[in-house]
Amino acid sequence: MDVKKRETTDWLLKQLFKAIGLITIVLLGGIFMMLIYNSIAFFAKVNPVDFFTGYQWDPGSVDGNYSILPLLASTGLVAAGSMLIAVPLGIFTAAFLSEFAPGKLQAVLKPVIEMLAAIPSVAIGFLGIVLVGPGIAKLFGIQNGLNALNGSVLLAVMALPTIITISEDAINAVPKTYREASLALGADKWATLFQVTLPAALPGLIAAVMLGLGRALGETMTVLMATGNASAMPGGFLDSIRTITATIAIEMGEVPYQTTHYFALFAIAAVLFLITLAINFLGEYFANSLRKFQA
Amino acid sequence: MKKRLSRFLNWTILLGCTILVCLFLGIILFDIFSKGMSSLSWGFISQPPTKGMTHGGILPAITGTLWLTLITTLFAVPFGIACAIYLNEYARPSVLTSMIRASIRNLAGIPSIIYGLFGLALFVQALHLGTSVLSAGLTLGLLSLPYIITTTEEALKRIPDSMREATLALGATQFETIKDVVLPKALPGILTGVILTLSRAAGETAPILFTGVAFYINGSTTSVNQEFMALPYHLYMLSTQHQSIEQVRPLAYGTAVVLILLVFVLNIIAFYIRFKQRTQQ
Repeated sequence: MDVKKRETTDWLLKQLFKAIGLITIVLLGGIFMMLIYNSIAFFAKVNPVDFFTGYQWDPGSVDGNYSILPLLASTGLVAAGSMLIAVPLGIFTAAFLSEFAPGKLQAVLKPVIEMLAAIPSVAIGFLGIVLVGPGIAKLFGIQNGLNALNGSVLLAVMALPTIITISEDAINAVPKTYREASLALGADKWATLFQVTLPAALPGLIAAVMLGLGRALGETMTVLMATGNASAMPGGFLDSIRTITATIAIEMGEVPYQTTHYFALFAIAAVLFLITLAINFLGEYFANSLRKFQA
Repeated sequence: MKKRLSRFLNWTILLGCTILVCLFLGIILFDIFSKGMSSLSWGFISQPPTKGMTHGGILPAITGTLWLTLITTLFAVPFGIACAIYLNEYARPSVLTSMIRASIRNLAGIPSIIYGLFGLALFVQALHLGTSVLSAGLTLGLLSLPYIITTTEEALKRIPDSMREATLALGATQFETIKDVVLPKALPGILTGVILTLSRAAGETAPILFTGVAFYINGSTTSVNQEFMALPYHLYMLSTQHQSIEQVRPLAYGTAVVLILLVFVLNIIAFYIRFKQRTQQ
């Protein structure tokens, strides 16, 4: 092949690769536009003030109550509960893995965490029904265990691999000199861990928690199966709840195309999208500040 | 003495947390496998369900999941690898490049149910593909794209620049360098990422809910325009929506075993490729 032809092919393929790279921007933009477009259609019919301040989600009623508050409260409650469990567990496990576990133990534990991450969410939700639910019911003496607590436990298990992996990276990224300086000053291993290494890794740890939280907020199947899906305002962890994701999953299959109810599901999806976007940005901000701090 | 006690406590807490995390995996696997293995038989994976799902096997759900994963692969792998090649081999630091990277990070963080809505709006409604295995596969493909791009780029990054420079110095064009030197060298790494992503896609339920999955179809899926059954959705329906939930519980356990085995086999293949690559280097 002559040089000219080869160079033309090279140039053409470069443009092709670039065009494909641009697809990612188009895709993100497309998802955003779809949500905004359908949300506008919704807010043309329902007052945004009612949407954000009402106390009832009941699209089936005569006048149709579309308030996101109970769904938002449910989503927040179950995710917050999961973080209460997963954050200390995840960060301590990461600390153990990177600072104390001998190489051989690490070689066993890493696959365990990867396997935990690989289990499909629907299988975890199934365990919420057959194992965690009955357990909670027995423990608290209530009739059924499909409630926010159940969802929190399961979401914690699902968020753990993310939190552990990223926390471990953050702890490993703390320069060795910090630890050495602390040890040289006479601090023991523990003082070094809690007063030097973990504080120095803090931005990375926050990033890990943010990513775990994002995963918990956006998870559908586990909460759909394990939390009972009552759409009233939740009062506590033993109440049945219905998250934004579960609401979309339950109702989207049944609503007629382009009705107020149909648009409403896009509107709550838009709110969820903005929340997860904000949390990802926060996580990224903290991850970047860690990098700057170490440079 | 006090110091010793607090050291002991610290140690116990850290070790305890680690053990608890391992215990979670242990409990999940023990419960599902101890109760699900007994429903597993050749008939279970080779027969369609009968008598309103209370008897028979899960063959159409297995073939449906295979169809779905195949379509996801055909769509997401070429685009994902091409995008990673652009980012790692061609793109220079610019506003556009950082926009692409930011998009990828954000796409990876979008809840899967929102991909389901997007698939419904784009493939089912706007492109008139209907609720079909094609629509669902494409939706899962979009979901998988950011993961394939990220893992492929990692694999490309591990190829030393000196190899590219040597090829370019011999007169090869940039594309020839990528095609003949970079890609073959990065292949095991790319493959690992692709398989791990597919194992995640095969277990997803939310994105296929409105794009084509069905509780029951007569026979197996034979064309891309048909609706389909899928293992994760089958497990969901058997455990929550069936009219005699207690009666079909063994079938639900069996489905969970098959689903987890499928995902683990894919993971083990990926780990094996990664392990072999590391020992070769």
